[in-house]
Amino acid sequence: MSALLHVDNVTKRFGGFIALDGIDLEVQPRERLGLIGPNGSGKSTLVNCICGTLQNESGSVSFDGQTVDGLAAHERTHRGIARSFQLPRPFHSMSLADNLRIPLLYTVRTREGMLHAHSDLNARCHELLEMVGLANKAQQFPRDLTQVEMRKLELARAMAAEPKLLIADESMAGLSHSEIDDILALLVRLNERGITVILIEHIMRAVMSFSHRLAVLVSGKKIADGKPEDVVRDPEVVRAYLGQ
Amino acid sequence: MNTTKFALITIVVGAAVMAFAHWYSIDYLFFASYTILQFIVLATAWNILGGYCGYVNFGSAAFFAMGAYSSVFMHKFYPLPIPALFIVSAIVSGIAGFGMGYLTLRLRGSFFAIATLALAVVLQTLVVNWEYVGGSRGAYIIRPESIEFAGITINYIEYLFGLMLLLTIIALVTARAIERSQLGFGFATIRDDELAAEACGVPTLRVKLIATTISGAFMGMAGAPFPYYIGYLQPSSAFGLEYAVNSIAMPMIGGTTSWVGPLIGAILLGSAQQYATVSISSEVNLLIVGLMLVAFVIIAPNGLIGLVQGWRRAWRKP
Repeated sequence: MSALLHVDNVTKRFGGFIALDGIDLEVQPRERLGLIGPNGSGKSTLVNCICGTLQNESGSVSFDGQTVDGLAAHERTHRGIARSFQLPRPFHSMSLADNLRIPLLYTVRTREGMLHAHSDLNARCHELLEMVGLANKAQQFPRDLTQVEMRKLELARAMAAEPKLLIADESMAGLSHSEIDDILALLVRLNERGITVILIEHIMRAVMSFSHRLAVLVSGKKIADGKPEDVVRDPEVVRAYLGQ
Repeated sequence: MNTTKFALITIVVGAAVMAFAHWYSIDYLFFASYTILQFIVLATAWNILGGYCGYVNFGSAAFFAMGAYSSVFMHKFYPLPIPALFIVSAIVSGIAGFGMGYLTLRLRGSFFAIATLALAVVLQTLVVNWEYVGGSRGAYIIRPESIEFAGITINYIEYLFGLMLLLTIIALVTARAIERSQLGFGFATIRDDELAAEACGVPTLRVKLIATTISGAFMGMAGAPFPYYIGYLQPSSAFGLEYAVNSIAMPMIGGTTSWVGPLIGAILLGSAQQYATVSISSEVNLLIVGLMLVAFVIIAPNGLIGLVQGWRRAWRKP
């Protein structure tokens, strides 16, 4: 089976600071990968390099059998990589339904090369809001939402682009126990529909219950990659998290 | 209401305005209304980039002057009827808008605004040193008294007014159509969050370039008949501060999120200025703009539209 995402020796520098140092990572189709690491270890930078928000200096990223190096972020979204942001970034001046309309108009439509009827679009927006349990707030604005609802909107918007790979960047930070379960259940449901998920998270309970595989970044290097139970017992990982 | 219906309605309203003006037939009325129409086009054009996309352009005067000087150039080089000059100016200013967008696309917020201001200064310097279009002395364009049109003789100022009215209709219909289209949604994502827009698949660079091009082209068109209207064009009047300030102030006062805002703002502010010019002094113009802008920033930061929307919302849920 060929990998859906293939990150090959990716390096990213900010001036003299090496944020990512020769990262290799493979993600198989339908896999649930957990990506962990202390603050500043390069997790978000790696996400940005995969999504095209940042361009890596060396190494290459290929997706679905094709290289995506040099492609702008929106082109990678068109190819099927979707992400949610660490801090939710909704379109503040638009209703929830219109927030979801954007990826439908700009990604799904271009991909399929056909024009959806107006009612089709509305129905799809509603369906997506239903999926995350926000259907009754379709005409409200992001400012009316709670933290957990905002995260759900963020995920729904990523899902609206009908991606093959979803990268959830700390979509549970700051949420309560039951809210985390809510989001986890949502991610599992998406995965069961055939979407590959990379979960970036600090909350170990969530990561451990969700991931098939765990990769650990420390100071821009990948120090472990394997079964979650094995990885958390890895002495190097323990040292990085707990100190010596 | 779809775009065709809206276009028909604006045409009917425009024809009514034209008929009314023709019936009164006071030259001054045409003269003053022309200026207001010109500002509606400028404000609408500014709003396509500034209001819809959130990129504040301080260089409106540069685009307006580019349109005006394209007409002066053509007048000397190969005289064309004014409707053709609209097209020439639209092309010149549209290309300039595209170029400006391309050069400044990495800049955001105040940096973009400063770059557009710099563009105006650079262009003015170029024009001042360009003898062919009159240089710093300016250029005279002697306009005919009247024009034959399908066997009817029309007063020239009325002719200019009619053309500007037509351009206003085109600008308003375009702005409204954009607002409701996929492009309009794209513009709004750029105003809200460019990073999130890219993640949703919006080609932000292309969308921004479309905005700068359309906005620039309309500003240029607003300036195209200006030399004929004023009769004597000099750099300091074409690049006048009032154009840059008014095209920002008018949408701000009316409201930037919809095509109605620039229209209301331009009518309100334009009429007030015309009135002040006649009754007090022409120098009071910019003072009025300044005072109204300050007042609106304090009382209604989202313009008149925002104010009305706020009232409506408060009225609906008491």
